[in-house]
Amino acid sequence: MKILVCISNVPDTTTKVKFKEENTLFDDSGVQWIINPWDELALTRALELKEDAGNSVDEVSVIHVGGAQTDVTLRKALAIGADKAIRIDACPADAYSVAGQIAAYLKENPFDIVFSGIESSDYNGSSVGAMIAEFMDYSGVSSVTSVAFEGDELILYRAIPGGKQKIKAKIPLVAVVQKGIATEPRIPAMRGIMMARKKPLEVKPAIEMQILTKSVKFEMPEAKGACKMLDAEHVEQLLELLKNEAKVL
Amino acid sequence: MNFEFTEEQLMIRDAARDFAQRELLPGVIERDDKATYPTEQVKRLGELGFLGMLVGLEYDGGGMDTISYVLAMEEISKVDSSVSVIMSVNNSLVCWGVEKYGTEAQKQKYLKPMARGEKIGAFLLSEPEAGSDATSQRTTAVDMGDHYLVNGTKNWITNGKSASTYIVMAQTHSELKHKGINVLIVDAKSEGISVGPHENKMGMRASDTCSVMFNNVKVPKENRLGEEGFGFKLAMKSLEGGRIGIASQALGIASGAYELALKYAQERKAFGKEIIQHQAIAFKLADMAVEIEAARFFCLKAAWLKDQGKPYGHASAMAKLYAAETAMKVTTEAVQIHGGYGYVKEYHVERLMRDAKLTQIYEGTSEIQKIVISRGLIA
Repeated sequence: MKILVCISNVPDTTTKVKFKEENTLFDDSGVQWIINPWDELALTRALELKEDAGNSVDEVSVIHVGGAQTDVTLRKALAIGADKAIRIDACPADAYSVAGQIAAYLKENPFDIVFSGIESSDYNGSSVGAMIAEFMDYSGVSSVTSVAFEGDELILYRAIPGGKQKIKAKIPLVAVVQKGIATEPRIPAMRGIMMARKKPLEVKPAIEMQILTKSVKFEMPEAKGACKMLDAEHVEQLLELLKNEAKVL
Repeated sequence: MNFEFTEEQLMIRDAARDFAQRELLPGVIERDDKATYPTEQVKRLGELGFLGMLVGLEYDGGGMDTISYVLAMEEISKVDSSVSVIMSVNNSLVCWGVEKYGTEAQKQKYLKPMARGEKIGAFLLSEPEAGSDATSQRTTAVDMGDHYLVNGTKNWITNGKSASTYIVMAQTHSELKHKGINVLIVDAKSEGISVGPHENKMGMRASDTCSVMFNNVKVPKENRLGEEGFGFKLAMKSLEGGRIGIASQALGIASGAYELALKYAQERKAFGKEIIQHQAIAFKLADMAVEIEAARFFCLKAAWLKDQGKPYGHASAMAKLYAAETAMKVTTEAVQIHGGYGYVKEYHVERLMRDAKLTQIYEGTSEIQKIVISRGLIA
C-alpha cells in the first residue's frame, strides 16, 4: 500500500508579511520557508502508519507543486522519513491548478491513500484535497483528526461542531487532515538529514492547466488601535465607548 | 571565504532548535532545581542522533561535520546546558578518541552503541590532585601481562553515574612521567568500580557529575586505546576537540541569555517607554550582540579547521577562552537587564549565569587556555 502526502511550501509562521508591486504580490525576500504545518502532521501520521508492522504500508511519498527553490522543503520531508519526493515543476497559481497537477501525476502513478493538510498556512485555501478527490473520482473525507486501518478499510474520525464523526472508508481515498492527526511533527534525526540527498527527488514537467483565478490585490488588516484603560468603577463609560466608539453593542 | 551554511547544516540547526524548544524547555527549571538527571531527554537526544553526530555513518553515527556540531550545540545550550554537556562529552571526548585511535574490535563493541545513543561514555582524566596539571596522574594501571590492574580515584566526572563506558587515563610507567600514561576503555560495570554521590553543583545541576573509584579493577589488554604510553597525548588531542564543544556550549548559553534579554527589553517599560529605548540598556544589548557574534566566529573557525584536517588546537583554545568569558559577561548583563526578575528562577537567566561559570572552568580553565594560546604564539 502506498501513501502520498501533499506538501505546501509556506513562509515560516513567524514571518512578517509584506507585499510588493502595489500590493499585488507577496514579498518573499528574506523569508524562511517551511513545510505547511498541517502537511507536516499528515506526513508524521503517514510514517506512523508505515512503521506499524500490522499495516501493509510500504511506501510514503510526498508531492509538491513548485519551482526548484522548494527542493529544500522537500528534502526536509525526506529527512523526516518520506521514501520519495515528487516535485511538479510549476508555479502554484491556485488550488485548482495545484490539484490538477497532482491528479495528473496520480493518474499515471496511482496511490492508495492521499493525505492533504486542511489548509496551507499562507493562503488558507482549504480546497486542494477535495479537488484532488474530485479529479480522481476518489472518496474524500475532510477535517480528519484520526486515521487507522481496520482490515482493508480505513477508520477515520472527523471533527464536527460539538463532537466527532466516525467514518469507514474504502481505498483509494483522499483524507484532508487537521490538527490531532498526529501529536506533533517529527524532528528529523541526524541520519535522516544525511540520507535525504540519497533519496529520490523526482522532478516532473507540469501539464497544461487553465488558471481559473487570479489574485488582484492584497490588503493588510487595519492596525489595532491603542488600548484604552478605564477605571473598573466607570462601567457606564465602558458601555458608552462600546456602543458609540467600538460600535459593538 | 564563504559564510553560507549548507542546507544540511541549517536543517541540523533547526532540528536542534526544535528539539530544545519542544523537549528541553519544559521542565528545565525543575530539573535544575532538583538536580534531576534528564533521563528521557538524553534518550531522545540519542534517538535523534545528536549523541553520536560526529561519528561516521559506518559506525552508526550521524556522519556530520564539526560546523553542524557547533550549530547544534549552540541551539541545545541556549535552553539546557546540563543536556548539552552530556552531548559534548559523548561526542568529542569519548567517541572521537575511540573512532580515531581504536581498533576495529573496539569500535564495533564500544563505539557503535555510543554513536547510536544507546549507551553513553565518560572521560576520566581529572583527579583530586590532577586538574589543570593533568600530567600528575595518580591513578595507576599496572601491566599484569594479559590485563591492567587499575587503582585510583577520578574526580568531577561528567556522566560518571550514567555512562556505560569509561575512557580512563592511568599511569603505567611513572618513571616516564606523562609518557607512561595509558588510556583504557573500561566497562563501567567492571568489578571494583564504585561511583561517588552526585556533586551538588552551582550550575549545570541536572548533569551527573561524580567521583569514580577504582579498586583492583581488571581491564583486558585489548582495551588499551592507542599505543603504549600514548595516553596523555590522546587525552590532550581529545580535549582540543572537546574545547570546540564547550566553546559552542558557552556560545549557546550567551546567545540564549541574550535572546531572553532582548525580548524582555522590548516588553518591559520604565519611565514611559520600553527599556530598550533607554541607551543604557540598548548599549548593553549591542555589546552583547557583538561579543556573541565574535564568539560564534571563533567556534566556527575552529570547527572549520578541524573539518579541513588542519591543526585546530590553537583555534579551539581561543574559541573556548573567548566564548566562556563572553558567556559569563553576557549572562551577567542579561540578569542585570531583567532587574529583580532576572534574579528569580522563572526567567531562566540566573540559571544561564550559573551555567556560564562552569564553561570558564572545565575542559581547561580560562587560564589554561591562555597557556595553550601563548605557547602557540611562541611556537
